[in-house]
Amino acid sequence: MLKSMFSRPENWRMFWKQFMRQCVDIGIGSLGIVLIISVFIGGVSTIQTAYQLVSPLIPRSTIAQVVRDSMILEFSPTITCIVLAGVVGSKIASELGNMRVSEQIDALEIMGINTKGYLILPKIMAALLVIPMLVAISGFVGIWAGKVAGEFSGILSSRDYMQGLVMEFKGYNIFFALTKAYTFAFIIASISSYFGYYVKGGALEIGQASTKAVVTSCVFILLADYGLAALLLA
Amino acid sequence: MIELIGIKKGFEGKVVLDDISAVMESGKTNLIIGTSGSGKTVLMKCMVGLFDIDEGEILYNKANFSQLPDRERKDIRKEIGMLFQGTALFDSMTVEQNVMFPLEMFSDLSYHEKKARVNFCLDRVNLKDAHKKFPAEISGGMKKRVGIARAIVLNPKYLFCDEPNSGLDPQTSMVIDRLIHELTVEYNITTVINTHDMNSVMEIGDNILYLYQGHKQWEGNRKEIIYSKDEKLNAFIFASEFLQDAKQMRQIEMQKDRADNADAQTR
Repeated sequence: MLKSMFSRPENWRMFWKQFMRQCVDIGIGSLGIVLIISVFIGGVSTIQTAYQLVSPLIPRSTIAQVVRDSMILEFSPTITCIVLAGVVGSKIASELGNMRVSEQIDALEIMGINTKGYLILPKIMAALLVIPMLVAISGFVGIWAGKVAGEFSGILSSRDYMQGLVMEFKGYNIFFALTKAYTFAFIIASISSYFGYYVKGGALEIGQASTKAVVTSCVFILLADYGLAALLLA
Repeated sequence: MIELIGIKKGFEGKVVLDDISAVMESGKTNLIIGTSGSGKTVLMKCMVGLFDIDEGEILYNKANFSQLPDRERKDIRKEIGMLFQGTALFDSMTVEQNVMFPLEMFSDLSYHEKKARVNFCLDRVNLKDAHKKFPAEISGGMKKRVGIARAIVLNPKYLFCDEPNSGLDPQTSMVIDRLIHELTVEYNITTVINTHDMNSVMEIGDNILYLYQGHKQWEGNRKEIIYSKDEKLNAFIFASEFLQDAKQMRQIEMQKDRADNADAQTR
């Protein structure tokens, strides 16, 4: 599937239109859920880290460090992408599955269009562009939410939080997070497209393909998560 | 013109088409008829390249479509229009956008020229007021007409229709049949239609190919089909007593006509 995707588009303008449409669907369509998740993960991380910080010898600003690194290294890329596997992955699989079952893909093939290049490649490219942006937004929002949660619950002041945020910050963590984001974006888009494109049957099979796409994407995300951590952090 | 030479196709060891040879003539409605499971749709999908054949040749004006590399196949595909059984309209696009889609992909016309062409095609299929509607908002007959409009928008040389009357009432079926036939003659298209609708066979069947269990059982036209002695064909066409009576009446009338013509010539 991946090899035959890469051919010159029949019409660059139409390809661009399709690509932009996918960027809006994946990006704007998922922004709400990403923001909600990030806010709650950031807030809960702050409260739970404070709960575990029992020694008075450890400064409160450490909470901010922990929240920052947890968000950047794990929560933003991995949890956000697992949620996106459900939101975006099921959408891609069911859209392509529906098109397959209703012969729309056959209609495009007969018109002389490379359907893998026209339908799948824009989805993968859009995912690679937009999902890392969503992960970055998730990181910022989660860290900010941690600050707000810390202030509201009286765990630590805004000043202490900001002090902790800048302590021992490693730029390499951002690189690691983005590497994860790009890898997971490719996994979500390609696996979901595969299951949707090759559906055979009817409504039941479309539903099954959508479920398989989400589950398989999640499993591969977790495997890649471990693999990247072992490769880049060990 | 499309020539089929010794087409064979099987799936998982089971032979679905066995040694099918036929000629689909341009400017004529060429019908492929047969019972469900006889291989009509598989044959049509082989002809348009959705399935690869196991043996044989498919010639589009002498070019061997089945042997061509993908790039050259695409060139022939741009000359093909197809109406699917389920219409295969793009459900996220309006009627106008559906018909405009092939123009946007493959033509260099300006927007106004494309719009004019779309309006012409939709007018030709008698759909003047449905431009802004989505496929879910129109009837089955209207969907078929949109499918036909989309299929002809690029002036195809070949038009394939897979059971164009399925799900339609008899009156609307007749409208669709006549429309397809008119377009075939008007634009000298090679039209291939899969059907098991006997009304279509009798109304517009210029060339008829009857398939039985993947074999070519009979070939002829709508006048010859009445007199065919092939038992399987007769069992297929005249399945109901009503149609058997209709056949007898038709034969009596044709004999009367011949007798009247012979008298007139004698005088």
